[in-house]
Amino acid sequence: MPVLRWLRRNLIVIAGLLTLAYMILPNIVVMVFSFNKPNGRFNYAWQRFSLDAWKDPCGVADLCGSLSLSLQIAAWATVGATVLGTMIAFALVRYRFRARGAINSLIFLPMAMPEVVMAASLLTLFLNMGAELGFWTVLIAHIMFCLSFVVTAVKARVMSMDPRLEEAARDLYAGPVQTFVRVTLPIAAPGIAAGALLAFALSFDDFIITNFNAGSTVTFPMFVWGSAQRGTPVQINVIGTAMFVIAVLVVLAGQLVANRRKNSAKN
Amino acid sequence: MSVTDAPPAKTAEPQPRKPSVRKPSTRRRLVPYWLLLPGILWLVVFFALPLVYQASTSVQTGSLEKGFEVTWHFATYWDALRDYYPQFIRSLLYAGTATILCLLLGYPLAYLIAFKAGRWRNLVLVLVIAPFFTSFLIRTLAWKTILADGGAVVDVLNTLHVLDVTSWLGWTESNRVLATPMAVVCGLTYNFLPFMILPLYTSLERIDGRLHEAAGDLYATPATTFRKVTFPLSMPGVVSGTLLTFIPASGDYVNAELLGSTDTKMVGSVIQTQFLRVLDYPTAAALSFILMAIVLLMVTVYIRRSGTEDLV
Repeated sequence: MPVLRWLRRNLIVIAGLLTLAYMILPNIVVMVFSFNKPNGRFNYAWQRFSLDAWKDPCGVADLCGSLSLSLQIAAWATVGATVLGTMIAFALVRYRFRARGAINSLIFLPMAMPEVVMAASLLTLFLNMGAELGFWTVLIAHIMFCLSFVVTAVKARVMSMDPRLEEAARDLYAGPVQTFVRVTLPIAAPGIAAGALLAFALSFDDFIITNFNAGSTVTFPMFVWGSAQRGTPVQINVIGTAMFVIAVLVVLAGQLVANRRKNSAKN
Repeated sequence: MSVTDAPPAKTAEPQPRKPSVRKPSTRRRLVPYWLLLPGILWLVVFFALPLVYQASTSVQTGSLEKGFEVTWHFATYWDALRDYYPQFIRSLLYAGTATILCLLLGYPLAYLIAFKAGRWRNLVLVLVIAPFFTSFLIRTLAWKTILADGGAVVDVLNTLHVLDVTSWLGWTESNRVLATPMAVVCGLTYNFLPFMILPLYTSLERIDGRLHEAAGDLYATPATTFRKVTFPLSMPGVVSGTLLTFIPASGDYVNAELLGSTDTKMVGSVIQTQFLRVLDYPTAAALSFILMAIVLLMVTVYIRRSGTEDLV
């Protein structure tokens, strides 16, 4: 039975591709339904083809406002978490000092805790302080939970750095600042970039922590959540599709650049 | 927590002794503390301190109108457990099932990317990572369309009589998937798959291909090679992957709310409702503390048993 033999030999590839299909299926559905003209408030059943939503992606009240708010929060959260996280990562890898164990646990714990627990506890703090829920409380929360992920990403990169490169820079009479800017930072950059990208994605997509701490402020995930109850406009699918396409393009472009650099380094 | 650090080998490497034997100046010794200060302060104020506040809230009594007061009323914990233990059990059950499914589905794909994808590797990796950047709420809503009553999936499962079996097991109803446990577990599995695949891929990719050749040279069948070489070496990925899926899945309420029904509510939903709608802060705080305790306990035991210490 050649067919069965072929199946057995390629079992892993077939299983892997099936998983990949399972992962992409919703993206395809989102894409297809962005061209739908729904009957009524909900966009769950195919009616007929239409480009209306693509022509007018901001045609729904508050949708683009929530989108731009989410982008702003994600941008600031990325800056905050990346700066603070990179500093921590360098301190942890490069220096020996007391309380390292405790600090490592403090950084590990936010990742080892269900989001809803952090969300609820942060809300009790804000309620007790009488803080007004909104942009700032959401930003504070996002920096908090992105921080650990940035530290982990940067730490991994800094750990694999050869300390002799910096010694060499010092031997060539580079000052500490010069060594850091011209040698250390460029080598650590891919780790920092990965951490920043992760922070941006996590913040932009966060729902649970935002849901607890946003008050009446509406970020994009909150808008989608609300629309699930009230009726989903097709524009949501348009934005979902656009985000998927942009993400794929950005990541592919990044890899192309990395490949080219690798090739030119070889030549 | 078992967070071990950089293999000290690298930093402890015998470095050329510096000619000056002077101790580093105080200013230099303070550098790491200055680097740590802002970030750690942030975590202390906005992560650790809130947990203290929550602990205090959980032993308060009172009402929103009269205000809450710490009365060390520990009975809230028992009441919360008594009223909501089905949701707790359900959360752990669903999260556990989703984690196992993620491992079963994710392993072949991670293996495919690491060893078989060749020049397609980057594209497949991108397709695994891209969902991170697309709103997961939108994608979860798409499952509503996919699993809809009378849709293609339900039709196929019905024709194959799969739904008869699953409804007998209590996973679905006899003619629908949406609003049943299976829909929630399907959504959870889907949402957390990338968190399983990426660590698995990272640890598989590190395996030296020559080990496989060596195993083959020693007359190991592919199955034996997998069992004795590949899988044990991928254990760090398996451990961090299962943690990265189980922990968030146990507290998730998005899938249960969007794809489930009142019969599939998870504990996250209860915490959210108590906190944001009922405004019964002590009960909500107690519930969230119990969830935290259960998860941390399970994680600690699991890490101990699996014997992998280098997680982060």
